[in-house]
Amino acid sequence: MTGRVTAAVAVRVLTQLRHDRRTMALMLVVPCVLMTLLWWVYSDAGALFDRIGPQLLGVFGFVVMFLVTSITTLGERASGTLERLFTLPMAKLDFLVGYGLAFGLVALLQGTLVAGLSVWLLGLDVEGGMGRLVGVAVLSGLLGTALGLSLSAFAATEFQAVQFMPAFVLPQLLVCGLLVPTHQLPDVLEWVSWVTPLTYAVDAAAQVATHADWTGDLTVDVLVLVGFVVAGLLFGAATLRRRTP
Amino acid sequence: MTEAPAGQRDAVVIDGLHVVRRGRDVLPGLSCTVPEGAVTGLLGPSGSGKSTLMRAVVGVQRVAGGRVEVLGEPAGSPSLRDRVGYMTQSPSVYGGITVADNLRFFSRVLGCSADEVDRVLSLVDLDRYAGTPVDHLSGGERSRVSLAIALLGSPRLLVLDEPTVGLDPVLRVRLWDLFARLAEDGTALLVSSHVMDEAQRCDGLLLLRDGALLATDTPAGLLSRTGTTDVEAAFLALVAEAQR
Repeated sequence: MTGRVTAAVAVRVLTQLRHDRRTMALMLVVPCVLMTLLWWVYSDAGALFDRIGPQLLGVFGFVVMFLVTSITTLGERASGTLERLFTLPMAKLDFLVGYGLAFGLVALLQGTLVAGLSVWLLGLDVEGGMGRLVGVAVLSGLLGTALGLSLSAFAATEFQAVQFMPAFVLPQLLVCGLLVPTHQLPDVLEWVSWVTPLTYAVDAAAQVATHADWTGDLTVDVLVLVGFVVAGLLFGAATLRRRTP
Repeated sequence: MTEAPAGQRDAVVIDGLHVVRRGRDVLPGLSCTVPEGAVTGLLGPSGSGKSTLMRAVVGVQRVAGGRVEVLGEPAGSPSLRDRVGYMTQSPSVYGGITVADNLRFFSRVLGCSADEVDRVLSLVDLDRYAGTPVDHLSGGERSRVSLAIALLGSPRLLVLDEPTVGLDPVLRVRLWDLFARLAEDGTALLVSSHVMDEAQRCDGLLLLRDGALLATDTPAGLLSRTGTTDVEAAFLALVAEAQR
């Protein structure tokens, strides 16, 4: 892996995004609109927005980055650009980390926008402060990117990749603690929630929202999330093959 | 690197290459060479194994057996990655960004200088499209962008899979002139085509059918041996001969 090639991949992905205004708008504006809608839905329900809002912020980053990354990398596999890159001096990790850097930057932009909107305009109460909330959003976005990179190997078409959303993301959404706190889930589902990454993103957001101090639980959440991101990138590297049948 | 006279050393040596795809022997055991300083035409109908052979040379094809040596090293070796230029059959370029952005990206990956971008763009006659998004180009223009990328950094070996498909005749002649110039400078070129009349522009020919070589010869040698006047007729004569 070389810094030059990793940076080249990141710059190229960002250039592609910059030219694709519609995708950029979807990535940045849609989460803001959804958060505003959520605020409106809960406007008569008291403190519920303060509980759900931060957790959903983590979910948005995850879902959007997962979708965008899996479709984009699938495009690289299908168009032949990935095959061409493998004949050039590019390591697998250059490719994956380059993508991670580019989408991480977008996640930072997205997280800052949504968190800023939520805290300053919609009056979301975050004990742990804006900075940490943005941090959780970025980590969730990176998680989505890492998993999207790995899972794109298992889709032959964009149509299949989109189906990974209901198959892979929605179940996580149901058990991650957003609907029912994980300790109130039936035992089996609680165990499931421990091994699915989204649970830790949602819990990290909840920790930041309700504690002014950095809690031990937050440390665990962050470590597990970083672990999932690294594992996702390594698994993604294993699915990339220079020689194909 | 010691410089032997151009055309005397082999850039590619293939010995008993065996490739199986989807349970089918695409290349059952092929042997051939590609010399430096010459344009070697790889001709054959669609499905004859041309692309598979080229993929094996650039090291992205999983092979079942045999030996493929490129510039003295096993195909796909890391040290070959900035010395072999490869153009895939369908243009492998990024559609959403400009022609120049594409070339800048690949030149950064290769670590070559920024002037390279302008140089290869003028080689393929695309200077005026530098700022145009690739999506706005015609199929032929897109494939020339793909060719320009393969030319970045002046690689010792160029593997070009159907580089002239869909181009107007004037442009096709110009590209073959370019290939001849590159060969004069010592580059080895392996160029595939299913258009038999392009064979006349090659220094040597590899005629491929069903994964096996029908002939390896110069265009003139091929015509005199088969007593024909064009490569298409020679191809038919060789097929008939093989079936006899």
